Amino acid sequence: MSEAAPYRLRLFVAGSSARSQDMIHALRRTCRQGLGPATELEVVDIFQQPDLAERNGVVAAPTLVRLSPAPVRRLVGDLSDPERVLRAMALGPGAA
Amino acid sequence: MPGYDPGTGSGRAATRPMIMEYTMSLEAAPSSRPTLPKAPTGIAGFDDITGGGLPAGRPSLICGSAGSGKTLFATTFLVNGTTLFDEPGVFMSFEERSEDLAANVASLGYNLDKLVEDGRIAIDHVQVDRSDIEENGEYDLEGLFLRLGFAVDSVGAKRVVLDTIETLFSSFDNQAILRSELRRLFGWIKDRGLSCIITGERGEGQFTRQDLEEYVSDCVVLLDNRVHEQITTRRLRVVKYRGSAHGTNEYPFLIDAQGISVLPVTGAGLSHGVSSEVVSTGIPGLDAMLGQGGFFRGTSLLLTGTAGTGKTSFSSTMVNAACERGERCMMFVFEESAAQVVRNARSIGLDLQRHADAGLLRFEAARPSLYGLEMHLARMHRDVEAFGPQLVVIDPITAFRGPEAEVQSVLLRMVDLLKARGITGIFTSLMHGGTGATIDADADLGMSSLMDAWVRLTHEEANGEINRTLYIIKARGMSHSNQVREYQMSEAGIGLIEPYIGPEGVLTGSARLSQVAREQAAALRRQQEIERRRREIARRRAAVDRQIQELRAALEAEEQEVTLLHQQDQERESALARDRQAMARHRTAAE
Repeated sequence: MSEAAPYRLRLFVAGSSARSQDMIHALRRTCRQGLGPATELEVVDIFQQPDLAERNGVVAAPTLVRLSPAPVRRLVGDLSDPERVLRAMALGPGAA
Repeated sequence: MPGYDPGTGSGRAATRPMIMEYTMSLEAAPSSRPTLPKAPTGIAGFDDITGGGLPAGRPSLICGSAGSGKTLFATTFLVNGTTLFDEPGVFMSFEERSEDLAANVASLGYNLDKLVEDGRIAIDHVQVDRSDIEENGEYDLEGLFLRLGFAVDSVGAKRVVLDTIETLFSSFDNQAILRSELRRLFGWIKDRGLSCIITGERGEGQFTRQDLEEYVSDCVVLLDNRVHEQITTRRLRVVKYRGSAHGTNEYPFLIDAQGISVLPVTGAGLSHGVSSEVVSTGIPGLDAMLGQGGFFRGTSLLLTGTAGTGKTSFSSTMVNAACERGERCMMFVFEESAAQVVRNARSIGLDLQRHADAGLLRFEAARPSLYGLEMHLARMHRDVEAFGPQLVVIDPITAFRGPEAEVQSVLLRMVDLLKARGITGIFTSLMHGGTGATIDADADLGMSSLMDAWVRLTHEEANGEINRTLYIIKARGMSHSNQVREYQMSEAGIGLIEPYIGPEGVLTGSARLSQVAREQAAALRRQQEIERRRREIARRRAAVDRQIQELRAALEAEEQEVTLLHQQDQERESALARDRQAMARHRTAAE
């Protein structure tokens, strides 16, 4: 896998609470540090787009979904630990 | 988690006043008092035992082991909700995909796809795959709430089914969060006023594996699928129903092409009305033996007899008579097929097929071993409800095998079922062994006291032949003959023969015939004697007459002689006179 691979992540959050804002910031930082700017991170508020949540099979929030590369992976819960996020998504620098 | 205890587990202050009602029996449920709003399930019988259905606007838990019918129960609740009560619903499935679900319930005649298309039901398949989820730290199930809310709003749902929410437990590790989220979910359902069914897998020593009953404390229904002696019986029990009286027993239920039906099998006490209308049995001789010319409508009649005494023929005759009066009849036969019964009835001159074609007669033939006892009862209950017969035949009750107490309890409820509806019931019972006229204790399966009437058919063996006799052991509420009567079955039907009582009791068959012949000979002899005497008298009368005539003739002859002599005397006298005159004249002339 090269660094140029189109990593597409989608983060589902429930509402725009301060907590979810913090989390989004943390995640963006993780992505930048772990993957560089190539990663595409889309943030979806499940209240705004419930159909998208349904389509992605999301029941819990927050959920980070790796859309590509396949297979789809999900991480539910705390996303503040960069290492753990990257390991869960199997996108760590070591994996590249 | 501690096991559920109905006495204390629900001890919230708000429910205290209702605890009294838990101990009340079903029939004692007060109807005038304000009761909890209910969401009817439309499942026959279930709404009866719960006094109207599941609690409206609250979650109920349906639990049971695999294959006990939880999903079907829940689907029926939804489908009936939208089709019968105009309450659209949402089915949130955590296990089956919506296509599978639609296919599964299609066998019950539900067209889920159509209902989904019409916007009456929404199906949401929530797939939570353990393998692709990692979890860490805190999260909430807002997504699930949202999807549910979305689905509810899309059809304006009043009812929700969550099947089976326990799947979440295997998908998420952090149970503390999950539990608090579930609690929130059920709270949310209550707030929205949704009548909800949550299904749960039966766990060891508790109702559900994940203690769902802890959250859903309003109503818990347990489904069971028990195998006893290789026969499966489905049973249902309302374990708990906060704020409402309910039937507390285990009720058998059926799942078949007609959906689910639950049978409230305990009778409603002995409050059934009685009829004093008398209906003919179709056998003139038997009618005559009963003071009023037949049995009362709604009578439970027990027909016992050894093999070949014509129990089925008697029942067929009574069915035929009822059908000819335009009544509806049902025959539950357990040892013959319907065609066989029809054919056999033809041999005694009855055309049952005609009644079956006219829709007045229905046969339900099944091997006793096809279902468990409870299922038979359940099936009968449903069929009787659906067909609405005035006469039901169960032929024979002895076909039911099982522990005596169980058979008896089932039969008792069968009798009860018919009595409560004022249906005349004919129960045949096969007796084994002896041909004697003693009353067998075992042939009635302890039923005799339940029965209003009991006719016993027997074989009498005498003089190298077997003859059939019957007698009425009892007929409640009417005077009846105490005679033992012989009957014969022929093309013309069942006919009772005038009783012939000889010095050694009732004579039957050829003994009766020879006695008849003897008596006829004696009568003939008497007749001949009378004739002979009559002739003798006539002869003597003729002889006397003749004598009288002879005497009279002799007398007349004598009289004639006397008259003749008298005449001759007179003629001689006159001749003498003439001679004297002539002589005188002659003498005078000469002087």
